[in-house]
Amino acid sequence: MEFTYLDNAATTPMATEVVDVISEQMANNFGNASATNYFGRQARKVLDESRHTIAKSINAKDSEIVFTSGGTESDNTAVIETALSRQKLGKHIITTAVEHEAILKSMAYLETLGFDITYLMPNSRGKITVDQVKSALTDDTILVSIMYGNNETGAKNPISKIGDLLKDHQAFFHTDAVQAYGQEDIDVKAEHIDMMSTSAHKINGPKFIGFLYINDDIHIPSFVKGGDQETKRRAGTENVPAIAGFAQAVKLITPEVKNERRDRYYGFKQKIQEILKTNNVPFEVNGPTDEHALNHVFNLYLPGVDRGVLLTRLDLEQFAVSGGSACTAGSLEPSHVLVAMFGEDSPKVNDSIRISFGKDNTEDEIVKFSNKLVDIIKDLTN
Amino acid sequence: MDNKKKRVVVGMSGGVDSSVSALLLKQQGYEVIGVFMKNWDDSDDAGVCTATEDYEDVAKVANKIGIPYYSVNFEKEYWDRVFEYFLDEYRKGRTPNPDVMCNKEVKFKAFLDYAEKLNADYIAMGHYAQSFRDDNGVVHLLRGGDANKDQTYFLSTVQQHQLQKALFPIGGMQKSEVRRIAEEAGLATAKKKDSTGVCFIGERNFRKFLGEFLPAQAGTMMTPDGEVKGKHAGLMYYTIGQRSGLGIGGNGKSNEPWFVVGKDMSKNILYVDQGYDNPRLYADHLEASDLSFITGLDYGDEFHCTAKFRYRQQDTGVTVHVLGDGKVSVDFDNPVRAITPGQEVVFFDGEECLGGATIDAAYMKTKKLQYI
Repeated sequence: MEFTYLDNAATTPMATEVVDVISEQMANNFGNASATNYFGRQARKVLDESRHTIAKSINAKDSEIVFTSGGTESDNTAVIETALSRQKLGKHIITTAVEHEAILKSMAYLETLGFDITYLMPNSRGKITVDQVKSALTDDTILVSIMYGNNETGAKNPISKIGDLLKDHQAFFHTDAVQAYGQEDIDVKAEHIDMMSTSAHKINGPKFIGFLYINDDIHIPSFVKGGDQETKRRAGTENVPAIAGFAQAVKLITPEVKNERRDRYYGFKQKIQEILKTNNVPFEVNGPTDEHALNHVFNLYLPGVDRGVLLTRLDLEQFAVSGGSACTAGSLEPSHVLVAMFGEDSPKVNDSIRISFGKDNTEDEIVKFSNKLVDIIKDLTN
Repeated sequence: MDNKKKRVVVGMSGGVDSSVSALLLKQQGYEVIGVFMKNWDDSDDAGVCTATEDYEDVAKVANKIGIPYYSVNFEKEYWDRVFEYFLDEYRKGRTPNPDVMCNKEVKFKAFLDYAEKLNADYIAMGHYAQSFRDDNGVVHLLRGGDANKDQTYFLSTVQQHQLQKALFPIGGMQKSEVRRIAEEAGLATAKKKDSTGVCFIGERNFRKFLGEFLPAQAGTMMTPDGEVKGKHAGLMYYTIGQRSGLGIGGNGKSNEPWFVVGKDMSKNILYVDQGYDNPRLYADHLEASDLSFITGLDYGDEFHCTAKFRYRQQDTGVTVHVLGDGKVSVDFDNPVRAITPGQEVVFFDGEECLGGATIDAAYMKTKKLQYI
């Protein structure tokens, strides 16, 4: 028996084509891209080509892509450096209560420095509206950071509308697209996005590499201090093999591939609900139920089912899903996203699991998973 | 061996004993699952929980052995069923035994329930105790092989249906042997220091900790003859027979050190007297309640056996009178020092731990000692 991996919002398996590219680069192209010798030029060539591939994928210019260690560093950079460098223009920042910790902890840090942060609350489906942003906006607002799509519920925010609202405002518009990149069709120009965070390992690329898109019209200082790499916007020798792997992962996601996956994942959601219903297992979907969501993320409330026990049982039966983040002692914490949606006293906060799909998942696996889920829930609730 | 088909959920604390338990069970062919129990929210001001280190050791050991590991949170169960009891006993001027209660309510109840939800056939931890199944299928609890480490005192309230599910892989071993096995297997916990004291207090100052939860009421400290010797910091901080912390030196009648020989809760008086062997510290009879027997077998209304009145004490011969309604009275063959209300009296028949009850009052020559 083999493991069925349904935790793709946490990370994804690397595509074999990506592994091949990385191995090839590691074996044969070790130069420092900043070096002016032959080896440096070879590395630089791959770096430039990779940057071009990635820039094209979001309709950005090559010069607007800054490679970082991943989503967290991109988020930290966008939020903290924007705030610190623009505080003379105002100290107000708008974000949401359902952002990733990389944003929320950065905001908490800025609060200690005297910044005023507005946390927009999501509706019961996990979404933020453009009107909420509009009413929170002031003349002192210097940054609006709102995630493209949520990593726990799949709820998508009206990014292009918010971009439109902000295009004539002094506030920079940052979006954390770590979950959305590779799933959604993103056009940073059309959507008036100033900064955007991504991560390679969510799209079958390697870990510890990502990029921060920074519109050429704006400037923020480097978060990591050191050399002049990435046109002085991110110090440190570029990890060319990982960047080449990232670009390969991006190449694999053609518009057709993207569409096929969106449809397939939406079908998976329907299938799971259908099997639960047929077997009279009570459930509710946390987050959007329509297809205008990040379809690879599916959050289910299973009343009366302890998620810790359920996850352990599923793991022992070789199905990997997620119950949210764990504390450093391994026990599950209440999800801040579900708390923001339903309140901390809601049983949904503790009795929910997240299932997230990836490129290799098949309907057959989903059916097997759903049946196992039904078996375990019946066993636990009888 | 058909152990292969049997699933054992091992409560792993991040210590060497439960690490070796898991290793041995794995070697015996069981399907072993490691589970770290998080029973206490001990996050410091920076939000760092110190259980982290223990959990990381569980992860290292489990990966070394090659078993899956998980974490389960029993903070609420521990608080409601162990800590509330713990505070309550102190409020009454008694000296509770949270380890007994933890085994009874958490390790052999909440944890067993959890393990059963994982379809466990057995549970195990790192207890120094042994068990034996007789021809009738009744499981008996036996003292641990290492007399110095024997933990049957803490297991005396375990019920038959719970013991039926328990395995004690290191129960027959010496501690030194357990450490040797851990070292040979390269387990990260091989040289880890044994935990000391009450688990949730750890290395912290006991008085300070207790004072955070219970208001301490200072009062008078006097001899049984009424001679005032000073102030006490709050009766809950003192245990019968305790020497340290009295804040008074020798002198007096005999120049011997001073000991707590009694308490009067209603008057908030602490009685102290001189000499480790002060006669006021000796009892020849006790009354106890919440009697339970591990096998569930009937031992009759009156029987002779041996008993311990606190952990790691020598056994004393006793005659037990079962009074019904969970109550029991116990006569000692010889007087025993510092019988403490709130602690367990645990009965033994040779190597077998029969069960126990919670001490309510101590007597000397039919006179009740003023211990609470």
